Amino acid sequence: MTTHEPIAYVREKMAEQKAPPPTSVGILGWIRANLFPDLVSGILTVVALFIVYSLVSGLLPWLLHGVWNASSLDECRKIIAERYGEGASGACWAVIHERFWQLMYGFYPSHLYWRPNLAFVLLLLGIAPVLFDNLPRKMLLITIAVPFVGPWLLWGGSVWVPIMVFLGFVIGIMVNRFVGRMSGALVGIIVGVLAAVVWWLFLSGPAADLVQSIIPLSIEPVASRNFGGFMLAITLGITGIAMSFPLGIFLALGRQSNLVILKTMSVGFIEFIRGVPLITLLFVASVLLNYFLPKGTEFDIILRVMIMITIFSAAYMAEAIRGGLAALPKGQYEAADALGLDYWQAQRLIIMPQALKIAIPSIVSIFIGLFKDTTLVSIIGLSDPIGWVKLIQANAEWNGIVWELYGFVAFVFFLFCFSMGRYSMYLERKLQTGH
Amino acid sequence: MAEPATAREIDRSQMTISDEVAIEITGMNKWYGAFHVLRDINLTVYRGERIVICGPSGSGKSTLIRCINRLEEHQEGKIIVDGTELSSDLKNIDKIRSEVGMCFQHFNLFPHLTIMENCTLAPIWVRKTPRKEAEEVAMHYLEKVKIPDQANKYPGQLSGGQQQRVAIARSLCMKPRIMLFDEPTSALDPEMIKEVLDTMIELAEEGMTMLCVTHEMGFAQAVANRVIFMDQGQIVEQNEPKEFFNNPQSDRTKLFLSQILGH
Repeated sequence: MTTHEPIAYVREKMAEQKAPPPTSVGILGWIRANLFPDLVSGILTVVALFIVYSLVSGLLPWLLHGVWNASSLDECRKIIAERYGEGASGACWAVIHERFWQLMYGFYPSHLYWRPNLAFVLLLLGIAPVLFDNLPRKMLLITIAVPFVGPWLLWGGSVWVPIMVFLGFVIGIMVNRFVGRMSGALVGIIVGVLAAVVWWLFLSGPAADLVQSIIPLSIEPVASRNFGGFMLAITLGITGIAMSFPLGIFLALGRQSNLVILKTMSVGFIEFIRGVPLITLLFVASVLLNYFLPKGTEFDIILRVMIMITIFSAAYMAEAIRGGLAALPKGQYEAADALGLDYWQAQRLIIMPQALKIAIPSIVSIFIGLFKDTTLVSIIGLSDPIGWVKLIQANAEWNGIVWELYGFVAFVFFLFCFSMGRYSMYLERKLQTGH
Repeated sequence: MAEPATAREIDRSQMTISDEVAIEITGMNKWYGAFHVLRDINLTVYRGERIVICGPSGSGKSTLIRCINRLEEHQEGKIIVDGTELSSDLKNIDKIRSEVGMCFQHFNLFPHLTIMENCTLAPIWVRKTPRKEAEEVAMHYLEKVKIPDQANKYPGQLSGGQQQRVAIARSLCMKPRIMLFDEPTSALDPEMIKEVLDTMIELAEEGMTMLCVTHEMGFAQAVANRVIFMDQGQIVEQNEPKEFFNNPQSDRTKLFLSQILGH
């Protein structure tokens, strides 16, 4: 038999606000909640702390005993033994100190270091307005200039070459406008692209030579084989990123297209490129391509590699963007159609902004992967940072050095990739428009 | 009988139907693959008409109005909207689409744009209206649907009813001559249905030509001049609302009406 309490109840005095118990707030509360909430977690915490301790206690002396000034590994070891006693371990940072410029620029002539430096600064100024939309829009002029001024600074030569290349875009756009007005947008795009390609392949070279012979304006040329180190990695990475992104968008749209031929070509391209390892494509670029090109054609190795890296990433990019497109409700297309927007307006204003936003994490992962994959060019004989590590290791003075060089290269790569990851998170937060 | 959609008296002074043909559909057929979804549709809509299309789900009523602005392609027959025949010519399609507004069941606002940007996008890019003018027009219509204070919010921050009213305002910003509504209240809570219907009634009072696929029979009685009942891809019956509800002719219509009005 249970006795029920009476149901009716009236509170006569309202409860005062009290401070929470001390075990649930402050440092104590945090430790309790996050490190020792129960027995198993507590044990795991202790084990994890022990692992972290052994790692740090092993690594820290090695890092702190580092030697910055020495001319060989032996000298490094001697200095460490003198300072910290026989058998002490220490990092030999001297190798990075001594070979820093080679790791950065390869064999690029040292009196011309200002050129890649200037190109890099321009690059940063050009990227900034693209990444942050609160910067003045006038900075986009730098963005437009960078693809032409940058390579000219790096490779040098006649100033008329980049100008003529730029002219190709102007010609393409003008032809597109003109033809597009007369016979429709699609024809306009095709004829415009064709005009630009014809200009670049057959006319821009002679035109640049001609103007150069009348008004000679040039800077000291630097051959591609002298490019190396992080300069090469960044050059390859940035061009790959900048070119694979638009190409990936067009491939994704092509794959979704109702035009059967366009669709088949896009699918074929994507599936073929994804089915082949990048290193194979790089070997094709470095070895095989010469067989197919007419004898005597000079086709720069770095340009060939850039093209391969670009198409490789573009295939992945297309799939990432297709994922974003697939995630968009059909209603968005219908609403855009119902308002009378044409295909390109709908894509540019409605579909792509949303699809790209959904695909940001995958797109940035591909960018990061692309940037790290540039190290593969060391296998086909280009001296990117990894190539330089091997070159330095082959030296008598630095024979046997491993961790310091790879560690440094890894650290620099990490800085770039981590920044990209952080930026992508910032962008995702910024584009959040729901609740 | 169905409840009235609105408590107030409806102003019928501008609800006039002219002799001008707004939409003419003749002998139209449509298939999804082998499935014959619209069969032998003949329909003439005069300017100023307010037509409610009802029928069981799968009867082809949404497909019918989606054919009018070519969201769906028909395979046989003719559709002439505002004197322009719908063909595969993209120019004609875009012209018709910019004259015909449409509201969807799920609003389909653009979530990455603010309410104001949703409303000004099409006028700016399709009509080439200067931004400032487009914003003034947008503000006018947002005031009309009674949400001017939400102009700088994003669609995700609004209630369903508010979103649907923005969708109506977005269509109106293009100054359409015909409005299509595809079950505009079906995804809404009962309280929000009323605010959307009120907006639609105001639109009808101003003499807009409207085609509404809806199950709101109160709305049909209050403002429609014609009710069309569809089943199995065909127009089974059409009549003035009073006659349609009080004196349905076909057995199928009687059954349908008894089911939706019976409880």
